[in-house]
Amino acid sequence: MAAQLDLGDIQHFLLARTPALAARYEFLSFESVAAGRAWLAGLVPKVGTGQSVGTASPDARWVTIAFTCNGLRSLGVDDAALATFPEEFRHGMAARAEILGIVGDSGPDRWFGDLASPALHAIVILFARDAGERDRCERQHREYLSTLAGVDVLSALNLEALPPFDGVAREHFGYRDRLSQPVIAGTGEQPTPGSGSPVKAGEFFLGYEDESGAPPPLPRPELLSRNGSYLAYLRMEEHVGAFRAFLRRQSETRDQQELLAAKLMGRWRSGAPLVLSPDKDDPALGGDLQRTNDFLYKEADPHGYRCPIGAHIRRMNPRDTAENMQRRKMIRRGGTYGPALPEGAPDDGVERGIAAFIGCSSLIRQFEFAMNVWVNDPTFKDLDNERDPIVGNHDDPFDMTIPKRPIRKRLRGLPAFTTIRGGAYLFLPGIRALRFLASGNAEQLS
Amino acid sequence: MATDNDSGKPKALAIPKEGYFALQQGRYGPTYPRTPACHGFTIIAKIKPGTEEEIRAYGTRIEKTIEANPHALAPLQLHYLRWVLFDIGSDTYFMYQGIFDTDFDKYTEDAIELFKATGVNTIFEKLEGFPTDWKTSAPAFIKFVREHQCPSFLEYGEYPYVSAGEIKKALALKQAFSSMLDHMQ
Repeated sequence: MAAQLDLGDIQHFLLARTPALAARYEFLSFESVAAGRAWLAGLVPKVGTGQSVGTASPDARWVTIAFTCNGLRSLGVDDAALATFPEEFRHGMAARAEILGIVGDSGPDRWFGDLASPALHAIVILFARDAGERDRCERQHREYLSTLAGVDVLSALNLEALPPFDGVAREHFGYRDRLSQPVIAGTGEQPTPGSGSPVKAGEFFLGYEDESGAPPPLPRPELLSRNGSYLAYLRMEEHVGAFRAFLRRQSETRDQQELLAAKLMGRWRSGAPLVLSPDKDDPALGGDLQRTNDFLYKEADPHGYRCPIGAHIRRMNPRDTAENMQRRKMIRRGGTYGPALPEGAPDDGVERGIAAFIGCSSLIRQFEFAMNVWVNDPTFKDLDNERDPIVGNHDDPFDMTIPKRPIRKRLRGLPAFTTIRGGAYLFLPGIRALRFLASGNAEQLS
Repeated sequence: MATDNDSGKPKALAIPKEGYFALQQGRYGPTYPRTPACHGFTIIAKIKPGTEEEIRAYGTRIEKTIEANPHALAPLQLHYLRWVLFDIGSDTYFMYQGIFDTDFDKYTEDAIELFKATGVNTIFEKLEGFPTDWKTSAPAFIKFVREHQCPSFLEYGEYPYVSAGEIKKALALKQAFSSMLDHMQ
């Protein structure tokens, strides 16, 4: 029998999706152990737990705190303890960027906001019901920081949901977002049809049985690691102008543009999957969470005539055409930043995109596998010279095959529709661990 | 006329001592290049004394596993596996050579799961230095494999750079043509 989730200790971030329409991420650096601890001590009471936060919660804002490996060191965690954390976390995303395909224009040497700097210690994530509440909290945090010495804000990013605010999350290319999300076993939540079985908690939280059938060893001290998770942060610019220009260039009619957009993604912009609706959009299907994930590939579409083998959603979730899928699941949290580019408007040069956190219990097995193999392997599923058309690295020319009878269509030299502008590997501790980090003393907790 | 990309033109490739031409990091260490003989590994390790017969017996066990489930190893995108036992002095060594279509860094966790499912891991347990905690520590298993990997210094392909998938497609096409011709009679 798997241990029950300690909802009173686990930060809410990966457990509950909050009804936030705005957010702000602040990236912090501590000048001393004392400064970091003092800041954290004041913030811990504001951090929501799995128990205190639910989508029906009356809260107007939700706070999350996570640390880089340097951040844990800056709070006094010694090297012997840090050595028990996985190597990929200790090295950080910038050092692992080549493995992730985050190179060239996306490379850490070009990141914004000092995210590749060893001075990056912590991130405080604020989700808010609306931009007004977000701005109020920002002012409050600024005032709090002014009472402390030695905590620097390296950079910050404001996020806002895109119009028309009809309860549907969309990203800048216009696709409906947040359609599939793993369900954590033990939460009582039921997966929607086609979403697979609930995933054991140990795939996301340290200290619990994972899909191997046993809890993996905990980094030390256990007080710090138990109920924690790892986060991979990505700030990904979406080149909306280039994307729309590509669709226009490759298509003669509006319908053809929409079909091509669907072939790149594997879903119509409404969210309707190509496997279930291959020839025309079906917005009612796209919006029906009981139906929109209810499909597989092996029998329904083995050759990719409906959903191309290299389409984004077929790479990021190959469903029944990949092994050990339960060990590759991740939980994504985040949102869009930058203003929407109105349809028909010329590209304005303003940065806009998605800034998201990918939560898991093993960065190397879950996040790095997805980036290295599913996103950027040019021979994925026997394809030849292709990468994920939406999020793959396209500094070099890669193609996209759209299977079609009698002869397939091959799009040569896809432009880069996205560029990574920043990233980090973070540890998301439980509440007891946050208190431990703030006090530096395990005994004070008992 | 044969070209450099012509799968009908035999090709040989000499490989530097490190096993790669330029260091490219994979998740668990350097990645190795695709050669005219595809990807692959050659793992050589000393066996624990007195385990040779047990290891040989596993040959039969794996044969039966594949007979019962011919696609058990399909996820590895294999061409060939070769298992060899040989002596150096009074020690016996096990050589495990695999030829497949993707760098082994990519699907290394899937391979471990398959090893568990098919009993290949039991052979590894007979090798000296194999980590006792391999069931809970994939990185320890992977470290052992990488430490015992001996890169080739030459690889040759009579039909270079052809994947198992392409070969299977060609055979299916041949079968389809034969069937079509039968229907034309």
